[in-house]
Parts: sequence; C-alpha cells; structure tokens
Amino acid sequence: MSPAGPFSAAPERVLTVRDLRAYYRTKYFGISREVRAVDGISLHVDRNEIYGLAGESSCGKTTLIKTIVRAIRPPLDVVGGSVTFHFAGRDRDIHALNDSELESIRWRHLSYILQGSMNVLNPVRRVRQSFVDFAHRHIGKPMPEFLRHVESHLARVRLEPAALDAYPHELSGGMRQRVTIALATVCRPDFIVADEPTTALDVVVQKDVLGMLREVQQEIRSSMILVTHDIGVHANITDRLGIMYAGRLAEEGRTVDVIRDPRHPYTSHLVTSLPRIGDVTQRRGLEGAPPNLAVPPTGCRFHPRCPLAMATCRAEPPPMVDVAPGHRVACWVTAPPDKPVTVQ
Amino acid sequence: MLTTARDLFRYNREFRVGTLLTGFIVAFAALSLVSPYPPQDTFVVPPDVSPSLAHWFGTTSRGQDVFWQLTFAIRNTMLFGFAVAILSRLISITIGMWSGYKGGFVDRVLMSINDTFIVIPLFPLLVLFYFVMRDKMSWPLLALAMACLGWSYDARLIRSVAMSLKSREFTQQSVFSGMRTSEIVLQEHLPYVLPIVFYTTMNNMNWSIGLEVTLSVLGFTNIDTPTIGVMIYWANQHTAMVAGIWWWIFFPVLFVVILFIGLFLLAISMNEYIDPRSRLARMGRMSG
Amino acid sequence: MSAAGTPLLEVDRVRMTYVVGGLIRRRGVRAVDDVSLRLEAGNPEILAIIGESGSGKTTLARMILNLATPTAGTIRFRGADVTQIRSNRQRMAFMREVQPIFQNPFEAFNPLKPIDHYLFFSARRFAGARARIDFEAKADKALHQVGLSLAEVKGRYPHELSGGQLQRIAIARALVSSPSLIVADEPVSMVDASLRMSIVNLFKALRDELGVSIVYITHDLATAYYISDRVLIMQRGKAVESGDARGVLDNPQHPYSILLKSAVLSPDDAGRPMSPADSAGRPSAHSTSNTE
Repeated sequence: MSPAGPFSAAPERVLTVRDLRAYYRTKYFGISREVRAVDGISLHVDRNEIYGLAGESSCGKTTLIKTIVRAIRPPLDVVGGSVTFHFAGRDRDIHALNDSELESIRWRHLSYILQGSMNVLNPVRRVRQSFVDFAHRHIGKPMPEFLRHVESHLARVRLEPAALDAYPHELSGGMRQRVTIALATVCRPDFIVADEPTTALDVVVQKDVLGMLREVQQEIRSSMILVTHDIGVHANITDRLGIMYAGRLAEEGRTVDVIRDPRHPYTSHLVTSLPRIGDVTQRRGLEGAPPNLAVPPTGCRFHPRCPLAMATCRAEPPPMVDVAPGHRVACWVTAPPDKPVTVQ
Repeated sequence: MLTTARDLFRYNREFRVGTLLTGFIVAFAALSLVSPYPPQDTFVVPPDVSPSLAHWFGTTSRGQDVFWQLTFAIRNTMLFGFAVAILSRLISITIGMWSGYKGGFVDRVLMSINDTFIVIPLFPLLVLFYFVMRDKMSWPLLALAMACLGWSYDARLIRSVAMSLKSREFTQQSVFSGMRTSEIVLQEHLPYVLPIVFYTTMNNMNWSIGLEVTLSVLGFTNIDTPTIGVMIYWANQHTAMVAGIWWWIFFPVLFVVILFIGLFLLAISMNEYIDPRSRLARMGRMSG
Repeated sequence: MSAAGTPLLEVDRVRMTYVVGGLIRRRGVRAVDDVSLRLEAGNPEILAIIGESGSGKTTLARMILNLATPTAGTIRFRGADVTQIRSNRQRMAFMREVQPIFQNPFEAFNPLKPIDHYLFFSARRFAGARARIDFEAKADKALHQVGLSLAEVKGRYPHELSGGQLQRIAIARALVSSPSLIVADEPVSMVDASLRMSIVNLFKALRDELGVSIVYITHDLATAYYISDRVLIMQRGKAVESGDARGVLDNPQHPYSILLKSAVLSPDDAGRPMSPADSAGRPSAHSTSNTE
C-alpha cells in the first residue's frame, strides 16, 4: 500500500486507465491484419506508489506503455477507452490534449526511463547538454543555477558532477542508466514510466540501480509504472503488481499478495516455475506458447494452456473480480463472479 | 516468385507503371522482327517526310522510315544494356560474395582492385578503347568492355551484405549442420542478395544505355548498326534540328526516356520487396 | 581409440588477448585469462560457466567450439588439440561430437528458409542418412527427444514458432549427430519465463537419458543451481571460484561470488524491504564500458 501520511486520506489517484483498447492495423498486399495488443485494460496508479506491470514477450505491455504516454504512430491506433492523468488538481485525458499542452506535460509531469539508455541520451552531445535540452525550460532558472541544481540531483544517484562533462559512450552501462534516471526525475514529475530500466544491465549493477530508483522515487514522491518481465525485480521494488497476458490483465493486487498468494493459474505458474538458489525441487514449464494476438483464442485467452480450463473459459472472457480488498483476478475457475465487481 | 510479381503488380503503383512502360518498349522492339525495311538500308522511302499516315513517325534525311528504324534502334539499345548488366552482375556477385565471405587478405586485395575501378574515369577510357579498336570495334566487344568497368559499385554493396550475413547466428548454425561453404552461400545467403541484385541490374541497365547513347552520339561506336545513340548521331550529321526534321530526334529521345523511366520505376518498386520487414509480413500472410 | 581416462574436454590455462589501440599505443585486453577446466568422458555432467558481460564466458565458449583460437594455452577434445583441426574430415568429425546452442532462437535460423532444412542437413552430413526417408526419420527421432515431432515442424518458417519451440528445435538439430558435448550459450535468457523451465529440464534429460555433457553458460545463478553438477564463476576473464554446484552456490567463498549471490533478485523477496547494496567488493563504479 502507498505509505499514508499522518492524515490517512484516501490515496490520491494519479493515473486512471479505463477499458483501453489499442490495436495495430496493417494492410499488406490486400490482406488486413488487426493485432489486438491492448484489449480492454483498466487500472489505476496512486501517488507515491510503484505499479509493476509483468508479462512475457508479446503480451502487449510495451504497447500499453506507448498508449499511456501517447507515443502512438500508425499502424498503432487507440480504438477505445481512455487514459486520464491527474496533475496539479486537473484531470487530463492524454489523447485529447493538443501539441502545446502535451509539450508542457512532458518531462515536467510525465517522464520516462527506457530500456537501453542510449535511446534517450544523444550520443554526440555531452550529458550536460541532454539535461539542458530536456529539463531547462521546465525548471526555468538561469543556466548557472540550473546546472547547480542538476549537480545536486546527480548526487542523489551517486554520480559525480564530472559525469556532466562526459559523452554517453564514456560512461559504463550502469552509470548511463543512472544518468537516465536522474534525467527523468530532475523536474520532479508526478508520473514516471519505466520500461525494462535494468534489463540490459549486469545483475550486480541492476540491484544497485533499482535501489537508487526506489530512493529517488520515494524522495520526490512521484508515481511510477515499472514494466519488466522479471518477477524478481517486481518482488523487490513494486508496491502493486499487474500481470498481463495476451493484451488483458489476468491478475492485479499488492505485490506481496500477488506473489505469495497468486490466484490466477498463469500467475501461480509464473511465480512457482522460477528456480531459487537453495532449492532443487522439480519445476515445470508451461505447455503451448503465448498466443498470436492477431488471432487470439476465444473466451479467456489463457485457456489453451490452462490446466484448469472449463467450457465457460473457451466461450466467454472472464470479468475482473475482487478476491480480497485490492486484489482482483480474471478467472472463471478461481474467481467466479458471485460477488459484484467494484468499480475502481 | 510469380505470386510475388502478381502481388507487386496489383498493389504497388510504381511496379505497375514500370512494368507497363517497359513492356510497351519491349513490345515495340519486337516489331523489329516484322520490319519491311532492313535496318541498314538507306533511301528506301522518300526522305524528310513529316509524321503522316503513311509514315507514322516520319522519315529521315537518309530515306529511312523513323518508325521502323526506331524498332531496331530501341531493340539494339535494350539488348546492349541488358548484356552489359548481366555480364557485370556476374562479376560483381562473384567478387562481392567471395570478398565478403572470405574476409582477410582476399578481401583486402579484391577491394583494392574494386576501388581502383571505381575511381577510373570510364568515359575517356571507353573513347580510348574506340580509338584503339577502330574498325574492329563491335557491339559485343563494347558490351564486354563496359561490363568489365561497371561492376565495382555493386560489388561493394553485395560484399557488405555478405559480411553482415556471415556474422549472423544462422550462418553458424548452418556450419554446424554440416553445410559446406558453397552450400551456405548459395542456399542461405543468395536469397538475401538476389533482390538487391535485381535492383542493381535495373540501375546498371540505365547506366550502360546512357553511356552507349553518349558514345554513339559522339560517333565512338559502330555507326552502321542502328541504336538510339546512332540515330541521334546521324540526325546531328544531317543537322536535323536546323533543317526542321524534328521527328528524327524527338521519337528516339522519347522512347529512350520511356525506357529509362520504366526501368527506374521497376528498380525503386523493388525497394519495398527488399525490405526484410515487409518480406516477413508477407510471409506471415502466406501462413495465415 | 582414446585411452580410458582421456578426458572428454580439457581446457588448459587458456588465454585470449585482444589488442586494442592504434599505431602508437596498443594494449592487450585479456578477454580470457588463464582458465582451466576439465570434463571426464563416460561421466556426463552439466558444467555451468557463470559470469556477467565482459567476464569472457562467451569467448571461452567460442574457443571450445573452435570458432576462435586461444592466444595461449590448449584446448583438447578427447585428447586431440582442437586448434590443429585442418582437414574437412577432421572438422566434420569434431562437429559431430561437439554442437552449439545459441542465445537468440530467433536469430539462430534463417527467416527465409523452413526450419526442417537444418535438421535434414545435419542428418545427411552427420548421421549418414542417404534417402529422404532416412533423414526424415532421423529428424523425427531427434525432435521426439525434445518433445516435438516432424509433423508439427515440417515446412514451417521461424516466425511461425515461439522462442521456446525454436530453441527446442535448435536442441533437436544439435542432437541429430548424437554429440557427446553441447555448448549452450545463454540458451534460455531470451525465452519467455513460462517456457523457460521446459528447456532447462530438457538439458537435465539430455544428461540423464542421453549421456550428453553440457557446458551451460549463463548469468542466472538460479537456473545454474537447479541443473548443474559443477560451476565455474568468471570475472573479467579470470576463473574466481569453481567446484560442486550446490556447494559453491550455497556457500560462496570468493568476494565476487558472494557479491553475485547477494545481487540475485528473487520472487521470495516480496514483502521484505530492499536491502541496501553492499559496498564491499563492489567493482569500481567508474569503469569505462565493458567489452564482451
């Protein structure tokens, strides 16, 4: 749960996604294909919490992220639903904003940390220049003061001011990623989107960088969506966790609940199949393969691989049902909807 | 292959227009087989007649029918361009792939030779060739000479493709499957290289036709055989523009421009086909 | 043939030095520095080589496969020096016994060719199959060993299959020649989590049922713990710790091994606050970018 202040008010919503649908529509040589990468996702993120999004390749999580930050380009198209941010007391539907409003939001309120920091840092400009390019206009101070501000911010991620003078390729992978984190947080945004921020890093550096990410996030009290396929990362840093499968959410709740008490058969497989040091019990893989989102299975998309599948699973997609406060699951077998779904 | 051609024709405008234009020229050239006048005869019809029902494209100052002369001219020009393109493709594919795959010393030697050929000014060299050969100059000989000069740009292109293919993991997989080098190059790598080769063939044809026209207009080829350039040469000799016989120049130029544009469109329409992403999307469609 | 007691694979103080720099200043980078290991014949086992990027593990794998020549030291397979392989016959004999599995299943196959093509070639060249019937049978047998069949795979292209299936087919292809050693370079790091364990379990089965020894290269300590018999931990080209898998990983001795183990993020950590990264033994944070 997000750490509540002395006045335990209802947690403040920062992001609400409602029934979002985003498809890739292509037409090659007369054949149309529609890939339903995001097919009806609803979730919310509160202030000062890290929401983890887990899922395998081609489950749609990268598309979901793109849709949330409005990095939509054809053939990707938002077909339905809404993405609403709540910044500075105002609700903003990110797909309804015009260009100048979008400019004012980006980096000041909404920033991102991408996999492969070289995507963000310009390889032919020094690190200092990237800070100036991204953040100066939002912070608005005169240049010398701005640079001092940046230097003290770099100290938070344990980087020397000398790093500002370097070119990206002169820094190690871990250092570059820390620069990217500093860049994304220097304006103290309300919301940070992180897409596999540590996947390309060595294991030792990864733990370090994740720790820093958490520290910085807590200090500036921003919210974050952290996307990664690595459940170990989620266990260590996220507050709540959503499991995506084939464009839909299978399960969502507090990270500790989802991992210790998984209700969806997919989640429980994911969590139990990973080997742990010190434990040689036999683990098993799952049959089948992640589905092709152009021709997804009918009903519940997991049913071809699910050991518990029934007839209903093949026919109808299951609704999200609360199995405990803050813990919801979409499964006909483990979470039958005799309780009404609470609208969040 | 045929389905690809059919798909390209249906959905790619450049390919469609390119095919139609080039096809038109080819059909026109085929008419040369039924020409009533042998190509080298002169004064078989009244000279200097402007385009009319009897002579659709008019007649020249040498008493030849422009229409029928043109069928031979465009046929010879096209065949010449085609021959040069094919010969130089053989050289550039061999050198490019050998150099790219072998690497090391062989690569360095071949590329030094390659770069020398790129740098040599071709036009003066061909003019010199003409002066040396004079009466013994023939079209096949000229085609061979140009083929030996026109392979170097594309050899480098093919070499870089071969190099990148060599470092891909599936090449290692092929090696450990027991495939011999020749099998790997022919079966695994050639499918990547061929579409690029097609593109360079079209390009090369345009280049060689352009060069041929230039040489012929200046009289540096065998001017008895009609080609586009030779027609223009004779028109210049008879000062056709000044004399008002515009049709003698206009129609050859028009037809060679149509041929150029047709070949160019074919070349660029292949770009979409070559792009691996669109290829894989097409394959996805094949499997459903 | 080989005397009893000839080890299957003997890597003896092997070194790979790359020279970097221009004409004036050159220095050597030791990608692999004085590494030794040994696998016994007739005793199939899984040896995990664990390391981060820049540790030299992939370079070591390439040398074992004879794709790169060590600058010092020797590598002997069944007593014969691997770098002395010259003739085609010797090369084929070596490849029959030693096969690779690559990291990226999507790159391991030519996207323009059907997958069975590699299986058939392997059958023809290594398993002595002549007629079509023959090599289809051999391919089918190999595929069955990995839980697939020729009927499922025949005529299909790589993009039609998932990473897990592709990797299994790659293993089947390696098995066609009945090798005694498989060198697998990060074979599951690019495979989805839900499919990963079937591949990992497959390696176990290869050792137990087919008697194949496996050099398993990975950065993931958990899977190494799960299937390997012995481990070798590498850091910057040097072997820092080696021995029985469970022994080393339950109780690492070398500071780097301890650091590596503490950095592992496990799902079991859920609910516990994240411990601060220890500074003892941490590699310098101000190093320049690593080379592989």
